[in-house]
Amino acid sequence: MQSKLRGLSSFFVLVILAFCGRSAAAQDWFRTAIGLDANKPRLAIADFAARSEAAKSHASLFTQVVRDDLQLSGILEVPSPSFYPPQAPSIPAELKPAIWIDPPTNANFLAFGNLSESASEVAIEAWLYDVRNPSAQAVVGKVYRGAPTDLQVRKFAHQFADEIISKLSGGLPGVASTQIAFVSSRSGGAKEIWVMDYDGSNQHQLTTLRSISLTPRWSPDASRIAFTCFAPSAGLTSAQICMYSLDTGKLVSFPRFRGTNITPAWSPDGTEIIFSSSMQGNPQLYVSDINGGRPKRLTSANGASMSPSWNPKTGQTVAFVSDRAGTPQLYLMNSDGTSETKLDLPDKGYVIDPAWAPNGQLLAFSWRRPNDNYDIYIMDAATRQLVELTRDQGRNERPSWAPDGRHLVFESTRGGTRQIWTMLADGSQPHQLTTTGHNESPNWSPR
Amino acid sequence: MNLASRSLYRAALLVALSMVALTAGCHHKPPPPPPPPPVQAPAPARPTVTLQASPSSINKGESATLSWNSTDATELSIAPDVGAVTAQGSTKVTPSDSMTYTITATGPGGSASATATVTVNAPPPPPPPKGPSDDELFLREVRDAYFDYDKADIRPDARAALSQTADFLKRHTSIKATIEGHCDERGSTEYNLALGDRRATAVKQYLVSLGVSADRLSTVSFGKEKPFCNESNESCWQQNRRGHFLKAN
Repeated sequence: MQSKLRGLSSFFVLVILAFCGRSAAAQDWFRTAIGLDANKPRLAIADFAARSEAAKSHASLFTQVVRDDLQLSGILEVPSPSFYPPQAPSIPAELKPAIWIDPPTNANFLAFGNLSESASEVAIEAWLYDVRNPSAQAVVGKVYRGAPTDLQVRKFAHQFADEIISKLSGGLPGVASTQIAFVSSRSGGAKEIWVMDYDGSNQHQLTTLRSISLTPRWSPDASRIAFTCFAPSAGLTSAQICMYSLDTGKLVSFPRFRGTNITPAWSPDGTEIIFSSSMQGNPQLYVSDINGGRPKRLTSANGASMSPSWNPKTGQTVAFVSDRAGTPQLYLMNSDGTSETKLDLPDKGYVIDPAWAPNGQLLAFSWRRPNDNYDIYIMDAATRQLVELTRDQGRNERPSWAPDGRHLVFESTRGGTRQIWTMLADGSQPHQLTTTGHNESPNWSPR
Repeated sequence: MNLASRSLYRAALLVALSMVALTAGCHHKPPPPPPPPPVQAPAPARPTVTLQASPSSINKGESATLSWNSTDATELSIAPDVGAVTAQGSTKVTPSDSMTYTITATGPGGSASATATVTVNAPPPPPPPKGPSDDELFLREVRDAYFDYDKADIRPDARAALSQTADFLKRHTSIKATIEGHCDERGSTEYNLALGDRRATAVKQYLVSLGVSADRLSTVSFGKEKPFCNESNESCWQQNRRGHFLKAN
């Protein structure tokens, strides 16, 4: 009893610390959990040299995208280019490490290289050197060749950035080549599923159902996107599960069920989905194969259950939302529907949008506390420790983790309209990805 | 042959012989021949006649063709309207009402007649005086049900509204309705879709309890996706927390 009380009180101390700003004690476990070390190496990216006039614009695009990617990675400090020495190397033989180590650049690493371009091809040589250990081999040395288009140059820049991030983070790849699915009503008012690069570039529309499409979820192999749709059939409209194939660019058939069918979530092995359906009465969670076959009911409490998130690491636990206790709250259960437990939070309010981190330990969600707006929180599922990631900046909802576990994408009204933003998993570096129309319900692709 | 049957045979033979002798002795004179038939001219044949109308049914203002054929007639006439005609032929008629035509064929052998009827279809009756359509009645009489925040329970004011709606639906049994569940903007998109489903279902169950057949009512939840009002205040939110009726076709 005594030790139980002590444990409980230390839990509340931690919670309180977490809410009282970014106290070191509360943040240590958390920064470790999300891999955001306080001591970040400084990495400078020299301007990539253009070998010809034709290569100039792509050289500066490549340089900028690599800088943005490394800045967004969260694991590196990128010194401002205005501090850089005037001469940038274009090949290793031109590298003078000392001038990059000196203040104000203070670099640990330097990325540099060159581009040449013809009408049919761009060729990029790119290196990363440890300037404090100049005798060593290049940390990264790559040659990229492809079509001389902005899109291709961006892709190469993302690949180079991911190489660097992987090398410097002990093998955990970056997310510069990943994508984000989301919902946009920018074209004609209908809500369609869109996809963009992780940095907000290359935004394009996937569906043209001209109705209401919601809650896109990537399959673990990124070949499909399951979502909630309102496609009418035989004169009847209702919310149904839809399945889009990125291989064919078309919808894959999925059976219609009675009632309201929403919020599909993939099992980590990609063979099953859990979704909410009122096919037998109140909205409950069902599991089926990915073609909608053999739906099996998992929950049976009063009220409605929805918004499942399947633990991607263990495959054992499903987090979801239910209003069985009056207002929407978070619950956990085993993926076979057994052992439902409520996740109690320090005070009431709405708790919605659970999203497991790739490590299967942290749960991001949105919480509207009494007399407050929706904000993004993260909970350690084992210790129930909490960290608040957003505050006093409009309505912040629907977090989704990047596959590196260091980034989250979410929707926010902080700029006046509902838009998609990313941030590091400690709430820092908020970055707006969309600006046109209303955009919501982002979901980060797997690798 | 025994003695008795022999004497019977002898008696029968005697009878037969005497019969032959009797007949031969009884011979009569032959009768006189009949007089020859009187010489006369053959009687004239009785006329025959047919009459057909094609088509036999027309709309007012259209024509039909009468055709006829006759034998052994010297005079033919069709009544009414047409008058004397030749032994065979055809003519157009445009009766304003259904009409039975009679052709009469007269000849030395007597007379014959035939009839054909042209039916004139009446024009469609004029549309009845226009009352309110089902759509107008539906809009006028059906009442939506409003809900409390976060709730899918039928409130007292919603009970009154739904009673009126149920009365209407019971008086117009051919009308089907869709019940849309709507929510205000404060909850999440996903939670509101589920809540809207519960609201629509609650409205449907209440109507069924009042005697409306369940198979006339379908439900759909739009959550907060199709608000009636877009401001962020309670009067607007109340507008959006409702079970809304649409006439289904």
